[in-house]
Amino acid sequence: MSYAVKNMTQGAHELIAFRIGDQEFCVDIMSVREIRGWTPATAMPHAPAHVLGVINLRGAVLPIVDLSARLGMKRAEPSPRHVIIVAQVKRKVVGLLVDAVSDILTVTDDNIQPTPEVSSDYERQFARGILAIDRRMICLIELETLFPDSESEAA
Amino acid sequence: MDMNEIKEIFFQECEEQLAELESGLLKMNDGDRDPETVNAVFRAVHSIKGGAGAFGLDDLVSFAHVFETTLDCVRSNKLEPTQEVLKVMLKAADVLADLTNAARDGGSVDQARSRGLVKELEALAHGELPSASAASEAAPKPVKAAAPAPAPVKAASAPAPTDDSGFQPIPFSFDDDFGGDEAPVAMPEYEVSFKPRSDLYAKGNDATLLLRDLSRVGEMSIHCNMDALPDLEQLDPEGAYFKWTISIKTDKGEDAIRTVFEFAEWDCELDIRPVEDAASSAGTDEELPMIPVPFDLSVLDGDGIEQAVEAAEEAPKSKNDAAAAVTAAETASNVTQLAAAAARVEKKEAAAAAANANAAAQNNAAAGAGQTIRVDLDRVDRLINLVGELVINQAMLSQSVIENDNNGASSINMGLEELQQLTREIQDSVMAIRAQPVKPVFQRMSRIVREIADMTGKSIRLVTEGENTEVDKTVIDKLAEPLTHMIRNAVDHGVETPEKRTALGKNPEGTVRLTAKHRSGRILIELADDGAGINREKVRQKAIDNDLIPADANLSDEEIDNLIFLPGFSTADKISDISGRGVGMDVVKRSIQALGGRINISSKPGQGSVFTMSLPLTLAVLDGMVVTVAGQTLVVPLTAIVETLQPEAAAIHSFGANHRLISIRNSFCPLVDVGRILNFRATQANPVDGVALLVESEGGGQRALMVDAIQGQRQVVIKSLEANYTHVPGIAAATILGDGRVALILDVDAVVGASRGQSLKAEMSYAAAG
Repeated sequence: MSYAVKNMTQGAHELIAFRIGDQEFCVDIMSVREIRGWTPATAMPHAPAHVLGVINLRGAVLPIVDLSARLGMKRAEPSPRHVIIVAQVKRKVVGLLVDAVSDILTVTDDNIQPTPEVSSDYERQFARGILAIDRRMICLIELETLFPDSESEAA
Repeated sequence: MDMNEIKEIFFQECEEQLAELESGLLKMNDGDRDPETVNAVFRAVHSIKGGAGAFGLDDLVSFAHVFETTLDCVRSNKLEPTQEVLKVMLKAADVLADLTNAARDGGSVDQARSRGLVKELEALAHGELPSASAASEAAPKPVKAAAPAPAPVKAASAPAPTDDSGFQPIPFSFDDDFGGDEAPVAMPEYEVSFKPRSDLYAKGNDATLLLRDLSRVGEMSIHCNMDALPDLEQLDPEGAYFKWTISIKTDKGEDAIRTVFEFAEWDCELDIRPVEDAASSAGTDEELPMIPVPFDLSVLDGDGIEQAVEAAEEAPKSKNDAAAAVTAAETASNVTQLAAAAARVEKKEAAAAAANANAAAQNNAAAGAGQTIRVDLDRVDRLINLVGELVINQAMLSQSVIENDNNGASSINMGLEELQQLTREIQDSVMAIRAQPVKPVFQRMSRIVREIADMTGKSIRLVTEGENTEVDKTVIDKLAEPLTHMIRNAVDHGVETPEKRTALGKNPEGTVRLTAKHRSGRILIELADDGAGINREKVRQKAIDNDLIPADANLSDEEIDNLIFLPGFSTADKISDISGRGVGMDVVKRSIQALGGRINISSKPGQGSVFTMSLPLTLAVLDGMVVTVAGQTLVVPLTAIVETLQPEAAAIHSFGANHRLISIRNSFCPLVDVGRILNFRATQANPVDGVALLVESEGGGQRALMVDAIQGQRQVVIKSLEANYTHVPGIAAATILGDGRVALILDVDAVVGASRGQSLKAEMSYAAAG
């Protein structure tokens, strides 16, 4: 399954924009399953710092990732005002903890600017591009590089 | 139901027949000479051939035909089922399975192999291979069977009944009179009475046309009865007044006649009766006085008798209509009294053949424990998921009732208890639906052993035990792959070549033993070979070369053996040249772990290795002890817990810098703080504040696991962590508790292992990836 944006060479596609701290990010709407409020998660032993734990999503075990920490920013203090974006990344479903969902954007490929050359490879790794809308800067995130298939990684 | 569905059913049945075929052949290989076993094998191939013919799968039909011919030789005792013969047949069974799979999935088969086997089978059928004994035995046997002495008859060759007088009727050929093929006198006769109702004409049918069709079925004479025809004034122009009586001679059977009237059946009075031949029925119903009949002794040369027997067997089958054949035989019996006796023999044969026709269905039903139905696995899965939800819901309900308990509303509590019991029963029943014996997987393994042994030129016997042990279907399905891998390794690397074995003073034939048994709520599968064992020197060297262990590491034999499970070994290809079994064992271990199982190896140099897998019986539910550790709720599988105890300060002893032991009835057991091992807290909790769970791990040895408190015992529904997350060392799976929160299920063995000093974190792959 390929990332929907790749296949849509022309025409409009929709993105979900959300805030983490004072920055704005977005992901392709096709990978978003649902958006829900924060519920306390069960902590996982030996989990990396960005994994907050797992919650019960209608019978399935859903890992919750602090997207802020995953992007290398400061760790979130989850509160009832936080939002979980349930996203499908390849075969797995993961919950992304963000501060708030801000917008649904309809953009064309022309709107997506290439990622600027910053010194750190880290940011460039997960950013697929930058959007400039209404004088805002929104970073388009590639979820597949953020959450690689651990099976293949481990082998 | 469309064609594809029917085809799918055929392939499902094929699978069963193939399993039957293989198990039958293996039984014969072990010396089983029961004619019923041979028949079962024959039937299996025959049904596959029949079904394949219906779907036009020509490759399959032609191969099955050759196979069947050879099996028929065994069945008729013309071919002795020696080990060599059975080896060819087992291979043929493999090819048949390949062809079936190819027909199903559109894949290709090894043409050279199947052609080679066709030749071998044909050679066997002609009595050429592999020993000359087959040919020489064929002749004397029928003679023995036909000898008038009261010696018992060989059942399979000539099932002639012995008469009271001790006389043995001998079936022999009467100039082909009772082949059924060319016996016009033997044509059965039917009387058909046909009276159309007016509806028949109203629907546009014409009696004349029906009668014309009927004339094509056989030779007939028609009589029209016009008695009912009224006077012209009273005649209803739309009425029906004629009635026909037809007598027809046909060998096509009653069904053929009925087919003619297929579309008129509801609109007429139809009566079809076979006309009994008085002479022949007299001969068959009662015992005939035995009149000595002079007969040509030349029939004793064997061939004649054999032909007769064969004709008796073939006639009903080739017509696929046993009844007709019986009638034919009965008519033929008019020729002489002796022939009547022969016909009786035939009648028995015909009856047997008729039984054969229904064999697949009936026999399976009779052999199995009871009636079965075929259910789509998805439906069962759905049911299991629903029951899982039911269990969670029931737990939720119980919890909220207990929380809101206002002075014990007894009716609610009682109802709840009943619900709990019902839920439990439903769950058990649903689980039982999926429970299946491990037999099919084990059977598949015997094929793999055969193939690899052939390829490597080794001689290997696979011994299976406990193949009726039942496990959940999902476990069985996922077991096949790692087991295949391990069997392959055992045959390829474990067992030595026959020459080497002989030189070592071992039996040149190696043995691979596959055992399944239940043990304390889990299934234990053991794979043992009597090969060379693990070459520890080389494994150790390889591990050092690959930087998996430091060069100066001081490892026990057991630890060295376990090195082969490390991922690094899978990339090394040279290891397959030596007796180590590194190839892909990490994959095996991972797939076993994914099933919530464990794998252990023990090896003795020169004597072989034993792989032990312990797997849960089901992947769906588990009896667990719900405990709290460092504010987290965990579930500990009940099967692992031996006892629980409240430690007293006096029983706790420090041991070295970091270890503590607890004395239980004068023995000392290491104390393991679950909270610390799972990284939930940094420092050890005070044991006196908590509860100790005495557990026994698969690797042997007891440990006391320290938890903070016990909440209760509960049946929990197992939810996969791997589906969305990853494997977490120390955690077997997750579950959802009554309050809707996720709780983790402890992997007791991993925790015990970690307490031995192996770090849980070393296995952590997600951390490295993220």
